[in-house]
Amino acid sequence: MGNEGIENNFQMRNPQPQVALAGNPNCGKTALFNAITGGRAKVGNYPGVTVERKEGHVLTASGLNLSVLDLPGTYSLDARTPDELITRNILLGIQTNEKNPDVLVAVADATNLERSLGLVFELCLIGKPIVLVLNMMDLAKKRGLELDLEILSQQLGVPVIPTVAVRKNGISELLYQVERLLASESAKRTLLEWKKPTTQEIRQRFAEIDRILALCTRQMPRPTVWTDRMDRVVLHSFFGPILLGLIFAAIFQVIFIWATQPMEWIKSAMNQFGRWVGLWMGPGPLQSLITDGMIAGMGSVLVFLPQILFLFTFILLLEDSGYMSRAAFLMDRLMGKVGLNGRAFIPLLSSFACAIPGVMATRTIENRRDRLITILVAPLMTCSARLPVYSLLIAAFIPNKILWRGIRLQGVVMFLLYVFGVISALLVARVLKGTVLKGKKPLLLMELPTYKWPSPKNIFIGLIERSKLFVRRAGTVILSVSIVLWFLSSYPKPPQSQIPRSESAISYSYAGRIGKAMEPWVKPIGFNWKIAVALIPGFAAREVMVGSLATVYAVEGKSEEPSPEALPKTLSAQLSRDWSLATALSLLVWYVLACQCLSTLAVTRRETGSWKWPAFMLTYMTGLAYLGSFLTYHFAVSLGLG
Amino acid sequence: MKGERKTRLGSLKKGDQALITQVGNAESSIELVERLLEIGILEGSRVEVVHEAPFGKDPIAVRVRGSLVALRRHEANAIEVEIL
Repeated sequence: MGNEGIENNFQMRNPQPQVALAGNPNCGKTALFNAITGGRAKVGNYPGVTVERKEGHVLTASGLNLSVLDLPGTYSLDARTPDELITRNILLGIQTNEKNPDVLVAVADATNLERSLGLVFELCLIGKPIVLVLNMMDLAKKRGLELDLEILSQQLGVPVIPTVAVRKNGISELLYQVERLLASESAKRTLLEWKKPTTQEIRQRFAEIDRILALCTRQMPRPTVWTDRMDRVVLHSFFGPILLGLIFAAIFQVIFIWATQPMEWIKSAMNQFGRWVGLWMGPGPLQSLITDGMIAGMGSVLVFLPQILFLFTFILLLEDSGYMSRAAFLMDRLMGKVGLNGRAFIPLLSSFACAIPGVMATRTIENRRDRLITILVAPLMTCSARLPVYSLLIAAFIPNKILWRGIRLQGVVMFLLYVFGVISALLVARVLKGTVLKGKKPLLLMELPTYKWPSPKNIFIGLIERSKLFVRRAGTVILSVSIVLWFLSSYPKPPQSQIPRSESAISYSYAGRIGKAMEPWVKPIGFNWKIAVALIPGFAAREVMVGSLATVYAVEGKSEEPSPEALPKTLSAQLSRDWSLATALSLLVWYVLACQCLSTLAVTRRETGSWKWPAFMLTYMTGLAYLGSFLTYHFAVSLGLG
Repeated sequence: MKGERKTRLGSLKKGDQALITQVGNAESSIELVERLLEIGILEGSRVEVVHEAPFGKDPIAVRVRGSLVALRRHEANAIEVEIL
């Protein structure tokens, strides 16, 4: 049988052979994956763990359809982290619901062979057919690397292919080698094993690497001058933190200013679309379900997309260029004081805009426990969806008097609400670290990669992946829950004849009844049943409460659509008559602490891979909010503000 | 003279260069030793403290085997060095 026969035979047995990519963090594995698969990947999580799973496909020159799996970046196969355990289990073919990979592609950073060959050696011991890819070969050559690939290949006993992933060089050569290995006898080898190496064996492994590198290199790459020069400023003990501050101030500006306009566009486009669909369908329960329930629910998710896109553009830029690890290095000591990782700084800061991209940004935190804590406290940071409610209540209840030289009391209260959010996030992190998520302080052992120009293509692919994840998974949960909330606040309809003038349809609905039933529970924190009713749709998204308060208080009167500017004004006048200051303060505290954002819960479910953590998040934040509001209300009442 | 030059990586200052003589001591966990070795911190390698973080000069960034590695002083104290 000729070579072709074997190949066909192989393809018949295994219609879609699997190739797995393994390598150190920062070795350019993701860029290589994008170059092989063209960036079209299915991104998800391995069941039950916060480890990202990425799979793509490629059609080889000879028409073979390969499935390509991007394994988590790791320095070893010792199962000390979930990433390492999954990498090892997949390689040994014992990970549940995963295929046993047919060929392994080991990715090594050509600019740093002394270190990156360590994992390659461990991979070679498993006994799977393997191709070694020397990535970033252009940079290594520019820095003076002179390497004899033939000798390296001979010494390691595996084919070696130099590539430049960002320019697609070497990809066809790599695929050719993969096909050759698939057709060869070694692909049928089934004896796979992995034995935990002793520290002495790790030492011997590196001694062997030094021996081989001495044989095959005439010149090792020089250290990068540019990275050193830049680090002298970026990691400077005085200018470093200032630069970090400036970078994040700029990111904030962009998120708050540039994202506002597209968010308005999406909002009005969705409103327009709803109105258009409404007109086309004609009034009726189905129209109400589609426009008020589904389209409004989808709009409440899509409106976050501009913020997510802007934030992730920056995060990916910082990540790709090599700055992110430096930011973590600079912040490690400060974040460590509350038991958080240096890498938690960026997700928490992002959560000031919106907790959703904040939670998604925790993917850069390798330690599972640190990542969970960061996810759990992220929604306590004051996000932009709280602003409409803060503005409404502050305008209604806080006198706009000048405290000192243009500093107004209203502004001070707003600032205090932000500070209150930050302090509670840090305190909760501290408590979680000492109780629920107790554990040793994780090691900080992280490579600071050389600076690189970020690749626009990889940033673009990363953005598409993130947006898809967000819209698809968060969207489906939100859509179904907003339909439920729509039903609760629309049914049953009040009988036409007896609508009391002061009350609206919502108070007659299930939501209204639930609100009234909840009154004994919310009374101790100073809320009336109307607030309880407004909190029900406000649970889907915080800012919705302004609209639902308006509905409950029936301020819209006869007109169908009050002008957006006039609404808060009339509403705040109404509220200041109806509520005491103690009630208003209690509601403000509730808004700082309560988890009233379905999208956050949905994203947390996605990122943690189980409902356990969003349930925990909802429970602890609601408990905290109730306690905070209770104390605030009773303290205020005792001061005579009831 | 030679005795004075022996110290731990965690007590070096920015700019100091040293030779790693031993990774891991009686107090350090096996896990720490394994991870230090895997990232390329090995006996016989030269190491230089290149950066110190701004708050409390901790963590530090060291150049070893061609890469720049950040670690806390506490962990760096598991590494015995000889100042060059």
